[in-house]
Amino acid sequence: MDFQLLDLYTLAPEIFLLMGVSVILLLDLFISEKRRNVTFFLSLIVLIITSILPWLFYDAEPRVIMNGLIVSDALGAALKSFLCVLIAVGLVYSKNYLLPRGLHRGEYFSLTLFAALGMMVMISSNHFLSLYLGLELLSLSLYAMVALQRDSGRSSEAAIKYFILGAIASGMLLYGMSMIYGATGNLNIEAIVFAILTGDADSTLLRLGVVFLIVGIGFKLGAVPFHMWVPDVYQGSPTSVTLLIGTAPKIAAFAFVLRLLAEALGHPSLHQDWSQMLTVLAVASLVIGNVVAIAQTNFKRMLAYSTIAHMGFLLVGFMTGSITGYSASLFYVLTYVLMALGGFGVILLLARDGFEAEELSDLSGLSQSNPWCAFLLMIILFSMAGIPPTVGFWAKLFVIQAIVDLGYVGLAVLAVMASLVGAFYYLRVVKIMYFDANESSDATVTYRTGLAIFGVNGLLLLGLGLFPGWLLSLCESLIESSVRTF
Amino acid sequence: MNFENLSFYLFAAVLIGAALSVIFSRNPVHAALSLVLAFFTAAGIWLMLEAEFLAISLILVYVGAVMVLFLFVVMMLDINLNRMREGYWNYLLPALIVSGIFLTELIVLIGGRVMFNKPADVPAAITSEGNTLQLGRLLYTEYLYAFELAAVILLVAIVAAIALTLRRRKDMKLVSSNEQFSASRESRLKIVSMPVEGGRREDPS
Repeated sequence: MDFQLLDLYTLAPEIFLLMGVSVILLLDLFISEKRRNVTFFLSLIVLIITSILPWLFYDAEPRVIMNGLIVSDALGAALKSFLCVLIAVGLVYSKNYLLPRGLHRGEYFSLTLFAALGMMVMISSNHFLSLYLGLELLSLSLYAMVALQRDSGRSSEAAIKYFILGAIASGMLLYGMSMIYGATGNLNIEAIVFAILTGDADSTLLRLGVVFLIVGIGFKLGAVPFHMWVPDVYQGSPTSVTLLIGTAPKIAAFAFVLRLLAEALGHPSLHQDWSQMLTVLAVASLVIGNVVAIAQTNFKRMLAYSTIAHMGFLLVGFMTGSITGYSASLFYVLTYVLMALGGFGVILLLARDGFEAEELSDLSGLSQSNPWCAFLLMIILFSMAGIPPTVGFWAKLFVIQAIVDLGYVGLAVLAVMASLVGAFYYLRVVKIMYFDANESSDATVTYRTGLAIFGVNGLLLLGLGLFPGWLLSLCESLIESSVRTF
Repeated sequence: MNFENLSFYLFAAVLIGAALSVIFSRNPVHAALSLVLAFFTAAGIWLMLEAEFLAISLILVYVGAVMVLFLFVVMMLDINLNRMREGYWNYLLPALIVSGIFLTELIVLIGGRVMFNKPADVPAAITSEGNTLQLGRLLYTEYLYAFELAAVILLVAIVAAIALTLRRRKDMKLVSSNEQFSASRESRLKIVSMPVEGGRREDPS
């Protein structure tokens, strides 16, 4: 056993977050209903401090601690920090949405923080055990949050679907992990890599394990054909929970796939197998996500299908198995969550007591009643569609560049065609906002803080689109310094 | 026959008897209690094999928690036994076929080894200390982080279960007895002075 007190410093973000959420959980019991804001602000403070902590104690070179369960590296620190800021912004967006719906409760905030903890564990895992435990911590918190609105039938339906399919996915993942354990005799990523390199591992069993892992990952990412739960869960959950599900977990899922496939099973003989499977998932997601989104009339459901298509793009970058591909995927996921944050954020801002603002027709005439909001939403939708000068264009470009460099021209053409189809339904929303008159529209946003954050969010997408270079080089350096490839 | 063999046969006989009684007893409560006895004796056999951690967890988890829950459910449900016995003969043939397959598989898997080979000696323990100590040492040092995470997951489960169930149902007709007792005549009945018939200002029709 090589436990050192110094390791606890590296774990400071997780430890602080856990302590913070425990304190909030206890404190909330003694706070009266009227002063529930205290819980809200405490959660924000905890998240902000947690987002600073990784920068104080991170290692430039990957360092394995806690007996091989955790790895501390620059990528982990960056993702954890970004994730906490993202969740904090999501909470600010949700503030006025939660109050009239009876969701402004201590449990909502503590479950959000628990989910954040689960994601942080996933991001810095170096062991299948901690990967799985982090994933379960995240999933369990999310299942409960989807179901929090007990009197809503749709939300209960979404929770049941999410829970059952999530449990199946976890089962698949575990089965795959157990096969890899059987083949290599270890759960530690470095030990698995060693066993594969020395040729001790049974390659048939290893491949079978990879298949099950891919199925589990497909479920968790919501890639076609394992996407059935995504639209129902996105539409059925309270919008604030949809925002949480649609943003931060994508980053954690990226790190999860990176640790699992790129680091543990990135050996060329195995990469050949999983890259083919990921290609199939990616192509199906791109096509079905973009085409089915056209038929949607519900904004949340449309964004759900758009998520599926974006996850397809993420997998396209990932299947290359190269540093440039991973960096392009990282760039894609970081910018995508910013877009999703704004997209769901605007629904939260426009919603009032008894009005969800989640149908596409609810957005008609928004340019008259609230031009600023409409302009920002336009930027976000342009970014999702990949129209320059927004950052979404660069995200798609970098992914396509990465695959064209490696010779996957056919796949690149297909990705571009799918984005072209996707542009249709994004632009249709812009058309509804700007050209469809709606006399009865009174889409006023009284929540000033939310509107200000929304402004920053939208302009950030524009600003990143004008200066994408530094973010790309940051992504590249993070991947290069942290991912231990073969 | 030394004491160890004697107690093994005793435990084994009780175990088989209890298991048979689980299947054959007509009263589900008796069946559940027999299952408790079966678990208990199985734990005894494990103790004899020096697998005391398994024995302890079997008693704590299964006898202490799972079986109590089982009994609770059986008593709450008030199962109609006659309805359960309907169609016994229809199910008999498929059941026999399935159990026949199970039995053949078992015989193929372990039968040959047990019947024709001498049973392998139980490997001696590496150290003299018990396996509870060894497991505990591993759990609280090497897998400390995972152990803590599992604890956090349990905490989330508790929080989620309470958050999802502790609420006021809209259709609940329960009234607070405190409120009822503290009700006074004034809070329920208000006597107002109304103008008499002649004072009516407008005709309701």
